[in-house]
Amino acid sequence: MFAALANPLRFMAFSRWAAPLLGAAAAVAIGVGLVFGLEAPPDYQQGQTVQIMFVHVPAAWTAMLAYACLGAASFVSLVFRHALADQAAKAAAPLGAAFTGLALITGSLWGRPMWGAWWVWGDARLVSVLVLFLLFLGYLALRASIEDEAKSARAGEILALIGLINLPVIHFSVEWWNTLHQGESILRKGGPALAPVYLLPLLLMGAGYSLAFGALWLARTRAEVWKRRATSLALQAALA
Amino acid sequence: MIGVLLKRELALAWGRGGGAALAVGFLACASVMLPLSLGPEPARLARVASGVAWVVLALASLLSLERMFERDFEDGALDLLCLGPLPLEVVATVKCLAQWVVVGAPLALATPIAAIALGAKPQAAPLLTLAAALGGLAFAFVGGAGAALALASRRGGLLIALIVLPLLTPPVIFGGAAVESFQIGLPWLAPLLMLGAYALAAAALTPFAMAAACRNALS
Repeated sequence: MFAALANPLRFMAFSRWAAPLLGAAAAVAIGVGLVFGLEAPPDYQQGQTVQIMFVHVPAAWTAMLAYACLGAASFVSLVFRHALADQAAKAAAPLGAAFTGLALITGSLWGRPMWGAWWVWGDARLVSVLVLFLLFLGYLALRASIEDEAKSARAGEILALIGLINLPVIHFSVEWWNTLHQGESILRKGGPALAPVYLLPLLLMGAGYSLAFGALWLARTRAEVWKRRATSLALQAALA
Repeated sequence: MIGVLLKRELALAWGRGGGAALAVGFLACASVMLPLSLGPEPARLARVASGVAWVVLALASLLSLERMFERDFEDGALDLLCLGPLPLEVVATVKCLAQWVVVGAPLALATPIAAIALGAKPQAAPLLTLAAALGGLAFAFVGGAGAALALASRRGGLLIALIVLPLLTPPVIFGGAAVESFQIGLPWLAPLLMLGAYALAAAALTPFAMAAACRNALS
């Protein structure tokens, strides 16, 4: 499937209807998930604030999905020198940064009533998501600061792959750093077994966020393709 | 061949905008400023001394990264090195090793002094030096990758810091944990070994990224 889509014409034909379709599916999943989520009973410990989970946890999932997509697209672009893969990588990065930022903000809003603090350095996940955010920002800054499109693509690929190798190490080190200092029991939210009444909206929202990411990713990649076409047309017109 | 290159890189790194003096000077200034902002109570300072010394070490290592590849890129020496018989990966490794010797080693010697001046236990000095030396290796190689990537952009400094900082979290965590554990009497070998593993992995892998980034900037 991916090999077929590597052809830009076929990709444009595919994404033309796939992007709105994914967007519609995302809207349905998020809409239904929100209804179920708002109807979920208050948690016996967390009260109504447990509902923040439905907008927070999927954002964190999607942020990681976005980095995986960025890394995969960068790898394909580096190995096979596919222009479309680079455009996909470039399109995925701001989305990933946005979802990571969303995860950080909603997490902070959830943390305030739950832990009594906007930010807790003792929680490993918070810190590793913050580092993920910085990785996205570094990628965006590097791409933005190199004017030559081909060089910017190459440098971005290298950085994305360095980040991809580093992410598990960062996650592990942060987790380990946390356990070294303390294991606060307050920070354990929910517990491993989630009641179906919470699990269903959470999974729906997760699907919705991922579909929304897919739709936006396709749309942004399309825009990137159009932009390059416009640039090359302008160049041709100027040379003629 | 490698020996000649190493000598050249050492001479350049030493002469490059102060090199070691600048980094150690930054370390000294930052360690003087910190107590002024944190307050003078010895107990509180001693509590954070080793951690603060580690952060300052990491920041001081970032200072001279910008010139690592940039000058060779500007005066064309990097083109010649690229055409020369040595693979660019080896050239990048030698550059990072020179950076480590010229900047990392003096910093490794200065870090325990700064930490003890802030109130860390003097017994921790050997461990601090060792950890700072290993950390300096990681900073030099990971930082070199950032410096090589920023070559194509023409605005080094802050960009390198933004690229490199998230990648430096593991060595900062491992190094800080080793020293901290030693201070409070916990086992410190495991974090030190993790720090060494990270540094060696960086030394083994980043030269490929640096060479690719240099070729990209030169193309």
